[in-house]
Amino acid sequence: MGAAVAALMMAAPAARAADDLKLPRQKVELVAPPSVHAHEQATKAGPKIVEFKLTIREKEVVIDDAGTKFHAMTFDGSMPGPMMVVHEGDYMELTLVNPATNSMPHNIDLHSATGALGGGALTHVNPGEQVVLRWKATRPGVFVYHCAPEGMIPWHVVSGMHGTVMVLPRDGLKDAEGKALRYDKIFYIGENDLYVPKDANGKYKTYETVGESYADTTEVMRKLIPTHVVFNGRVGSLTGKNAMTAKVGETVMLVHSQANRDTRPHLIGGHGDYVWEAGKFNNPPQKDLETWFIRGGSAGAALYTFREPGIYAYVNHNLIEAVELGASAHIKVEGKWNDDLMKQVTPPGPIPLDKVGAADPVAVTR
Amino acid sequence: MLILIKIKTAMLAGALAAPILATVFAPAPPHDQDGAPRLSPTSFSYRAAGDFSQAGRPVEGPLRELRLPADLVIMKRQVTVAEYARCVDEAACPRIATAAGAQDAPVVGVSWHDASAYAAWVSRKTGITHRLPTDEEWTFAAAEKARDEAMPLVDPSDPAQAWIARYEAESARTRPAATAAQPGGTFGTNSNGLDDLAGNVWEWTNSCFVRVSLDGGSERITNTNCGVRVVEGAHRSYMTDFIRDPRSGGCAAGVPPANLGFRLVIEPSRSVATSAVRNVAKLLRRT
Repeated sequence: MGAAVAALMMAAPAARAADDLKLPRQKVELVAPPSVHAHEQATKAGPKIVEFKLTIREKEVVIDDAGTKFHAMTFDGSMPGPMMVVHEGDYMELTLVNPATNSMPHNIDLHSATGALGGGALTHVNPGEQVVLRWKATRPGVFVYHCAPEGMIPWHVVSGMHGTVMVLPRDGLKDAEGKALRYDKIFYIGENDLYVPKDANGKYKTYETVGESYADTTEVMRKLIPTHVVFNGRVGSLTGKNAMTAKVGETVMLVHSQANRDTRPHLIGGHGDYVWEAGKFNNPPQKDLETWFIRGGSAGAALYTFREPGIYAYVNHNLIEAVELGASAHIKVEGKWNDDLMKQVTPPGPIPLDKVGAADPVAVTR
Repeated sequence: MLILIKIKTAMLAGALAAPILATVFAPAPPHDQDGAPRLSPTSFSYRAAGDFSQAGRPVEGPLRELRLPADLVIMKRQVTVAEYARCVDEAACPRIATAAGAQDAPVVGVSWHDASAYAAWVSRKTGITHRLPTDEEWTFAAAEKARDEAMPLVDPSDPAQAWIARYEAESARTRPAATAAQPGGTFGTNSNGLDDLAGNVWEWTNSCFVRVSLDGGSERITNTNCGVRVVEGAHRSYMTDFIRDPRSGGCAAGVPPANLGFRLVIEPSRSVATSAVRNVAKLLRRT
């Protein structure tokens, strides 16, 4: 942290209006995941006040290919809510809007913020209200934010009300030796465990309003077995036409956020070159990981430089959750194949007849 | 593995031998074809099913002009919930989970084994051989509803190119609007008078998955896996024979068959003996 920042911190009285900070202001337009709004990875500029606005949207969404409907509660309409990026020493000034069209009170607990239940105690807004919270980014890392209304915290969180804040070191990311690390692209994946009630015939139930789904959903939640585990709000949100893309030689930052439940991302066919498993950038990243563990209620980050083209699957490596419940994403990587890293030396063909396991000749003629 | 393959071969031989027994020992009752259209052979184009390779690289299966050797009698509609239920009631077909309601909707959630058990049961009941179609027969019967999903030509030295091309083609498939099986006739009638081809029910065929080498200008099957059968519908797919509820996910992309059902070919009784003889002759030649 620069000397100017330190001086400013010491000079700052405990309570002070944002206007008194006399810092430059920047307004950021948020974008939906897996994209992240444009940001500097390292900055020479001094601290500023970065303004964000999150509008809470309660809405019905479809969460799988069978068309299962789900009453979601969201920050800004997406599951997870958008990522908000600032630098260490910046102030985030967040306007939280709860439109009159919503049915419930909401708030926000930012794990990156210090005090008042992460801001939760100062941000209760009823439908038709808004609130402005300012907090100072003192610890670099990726952090979960989520809604935390008294008595209903888990329900709001598993209904979609969670997102991620990224606080970057002012001079950027570094490896254990202090060498600068940069990314060409960043993707932000939020994992949701969803608990959809079923009727007596085993079919998913639908409800007129989010409120009507509460009692049944809580009953499913209490058994701790999700009906869906998905990335970015639905099965297939990041596969097929929605697959993420990269090129051979590009370094990609993958931020993985899970507000409620443990998970274990794995890039099939690739690795984590540098992984901040607990997501906090003052700790040196681990190198060459195969799978990394994201504790429920935290976000982690991994850097990977693609070396081979093809389709990569990025999964929760509890493969039941990945394949049966939905926690899979794909990255389509273009570029030139490197035979040195991998080559199919002999394509699949019959086992020679004199070797163990050779097929009966009768079975291999049409 | 060797044992497994031998068992499969034996099962295949049994299935082929069955028609002779039916013909020789059981006098055939009147042939009720349930309005099943009889299709006279005409020339049709057919993309061979399976994995094909040339010089060790994957290539598309050859596109051929085929003509079936005889008339094809095939059910107008897919086998229904009610029809399958009768087989279950007689303990000849496995009980499967079916959606409540429409008895005349096609039965879905059936494996190749379930479908084959049904075919064997109907054959016993009627004395007339009913069986799943081959992929060639299905394609001929489906006519304009059969789709050829040939992949674009790509650089054969780069395995990722073909892989990405396939991924994109599979991702571009459209998903059926309704996933639940719809009442018979919902998806229209084709030029051969058959209903609901390439709707939201994919149909089992009897064709086994094959791996074929096209090296040296000839076609050589290097592996036959009858644990995986060709299923046909809005796109062709290969399905493990005990699967009832197909899905994609994990590393796979694209739209899996929404439902698995089937319709049967009815062997015209006069040709049963000849085809059976032909089949047995083929078997004898192999062993």
